[in-house]
Amino acid sequence: MTGVEGYMYPNEINLIWSVLIVLYPYITGLVAGAFILASLVRIFNVKAVAPTYRLALLTALSFLIVAPLPLQLHLGHPERSPEMYFTPHSTSAMAMFGFVYLWYLMAVLVFEIWLDYRHEIVLLSHSSKGLLRLIYKIMTLGSDNISPRALAIDHKVSWIVTLIGIPSAFILHGYVGFIFGSIKANPWWNSPLMPVVFIFSAMVSGIAAVMLLYMVTTKWRKLPIDMPCVDTTAMYLFYIFIIDFSLEMLDLIHRIYEADESFRSLNFMVHTKLYFSQIILQLLVGTLTPIILLGIVQVTKLPAIVRLRIYVVAGCLVQIGIFSMRWNVVIGGQLFSKSFLGYTTYKMSLVTKEGLLAAIVLSILPLIILAVLVKLLPPWPDKELDYVEAAATPAA
Amino acid sequence: MNIDRRHFLIMLPAAAVAWKYVLAGTPEDSPNYKMSDHWWSMLIDIPKCIGCGNCVRACAAENDVPDGHFRTWVERYHVTDYDMVNPEVISPDGGKEGFPAVAEDAGKYFFVPKMCNHCADSPCTQVCPVGATFVAPDGVVLVDQTYCLGCAYCVQACPYGCRYIHPEKRVADKCTLCYHRITKGLTTACAENCPTGARQLCDLKDPNDPIHAFLKTHHVQVLKPQMATGAKVFYNELDGSVR
Repeated sequence: MTGVEGYMYPNEINLIWSVLIVLYPYITGLVAGAFILASLVRIFNVKAVAPTYRLALLTALSFLIVAPLPLQLHLGHPERSPEMYFTPHSTSAMAMFGFVYLWYLMAVLVFEIWLDYRHEIVLLSHSSKGLLRLIYKIMTLGSDNISPRALAIDHKVSWIVTLIGIPSAFILHGYVGFIFGSIKANPWWNSPLMPVVFIFSAMVSGIAAVMLLYMVTTKWRKLPIDMPCVDTTAMYLFYIFIIDFSLEMLDLIHRIYEADESFRSLNFMVHTKLYFSQIILQLLVGTLTPIILLGIVQVTKLPAIVRLRIYVVAGCLVQIGIFSMRWNVVIGGQLFSKSFLGYTTYKMSLVTKEGLLAAIVLSILPLIILAVLVKLLPPWPDKELDYVEAAATPAA
Repeated sequence: MNIDRRHFLIMLPAAAVAWKYVLAGTPEDSPNYKMSDHWWSMLIDIPKCIGCGNCVRACAAENDVPDGHFRTWVERYHVTDYDMVNPEVISPDGGKEGFPAVAEDAGKYFFVPKMCNHCADSPCTQVCPVGATFVAPDGVVLVDQTYCLGCAYCVQACPYGCRYIHPEKRVADKCTLCYHRITKGLTTACAENCPTGARQLCDLKDPNDPIHAFLKTHHVQVLKPQMATGAKVFYNELDGSVR
């Protein structure tokens, strides 16, 4: 009974959703956010962020491929998970995961990336040699028509796919929020704002991640960083972050003012067990600091090098903040008793199936997949800007 | 019947799904038991409970409940006059071995046995992604452990803390209302072993069940009525401080 204060129902003492379930909304959030950034270029015609367009798509894909893995590792019987497709339970929010995931993976991301890269894939399937040639050949899916008319059709279809992709990205992550927000038994989760907060925090983490990746990869390639691009990305990050922060504050203020039967218990938890991860990491380090930093850039005229450093710092802090938010939702929601009379402690294991090591591996895995994808489908061709510009106006 | 190759290929996946159900077989036969004739519930008479822990031990033995997990448990409440909404509650090892002697004389002490409420609108059933947990036609909430993924979403959704993940089977586990007994005309292990009759299995569809008279003449309540789960474990003289 160590780690228990007050009274927990006896079945509540050990947490059943571990750090892997923290990782899952964090990863899907990065996917949704990265895709929204890509859609800024395609749908909303924000040309300044065009250099991040393809990188954002590949980032979204890399993280989306990894997204179900923490869930699989967590399941008691992962071999039975296909049942979610064969016999889904229509009233379960979780049952819809498989379908939303498949739709988003195949109908939106993979299709859009394929359309976007088809021209290059066909060219590469002719110019490369050996195994690579075979890979590109397979990736063409037998469609090697790159006539101007065919490419124009690609652009049009790709625009439509992105248009469908925006609500899909919202559904993908909104649904993750709904999984938690719809649990009436748990007052820490139960809130209609949960899906909305999840969507906005997803955009914040995804945009910040792509911004960081863009800066790192550009430095790696020893090329100058496109300042209008990162400035615009940071501006969007700042404004979306303000909305995200406002929503979270609204939820907080509502809880404090309403002070229902769970408030005393939850308030105590925030001031004790969750103090470090909620107040220090999420609020001060991961939210207020980056908002102030990004805000300073908006209202002052700082030299480029200072702005870049601010973006790097803010981008990293955002990741800490959003990861902490996921942690506080998932772990925090299990630390108090549903009797509101006590608290338990989360003891993270290290090298077990659901331990820290698995979490670290799953965090690094998307970056490895991204490296392979970037190698296979370079997101920075010389003519990328012209290409995207042409694609942004398909109706013409 | 003429089936060309095209139609055969179309029917193949459907046949594969159907075959799964053929392989699953039929439920264990209980020839004298008709599910639609019953609507099971449990009556817990709080003033009668002496906190002996017999029910917890009987349940664990009957159902092979793993150590540290509970299909039923007993809580001891200590409610003082000056803080009625924040009772002091204990349940050492689920009350399996009884309770320590009381230290303080002030206020009131009483025992509250807990178990699955077999809710008619159960949140655990609602959230199960594959429908492995379900409300049987006789009102008992059951888990098909050959089908459960072990995602634990139902454990999170239960407002009463009645579910757990079985450490060896890696699936959701909970009180079955001793389904293997009640379908053969017996009562539950906990009710059978309660020395004071604090627990009584009730069949709301049986017009001769004494529960009907009891409900008419006593102050009966369910746990957390604000959760609107249609809980079917009825508590006689439930104190307002009980969560």
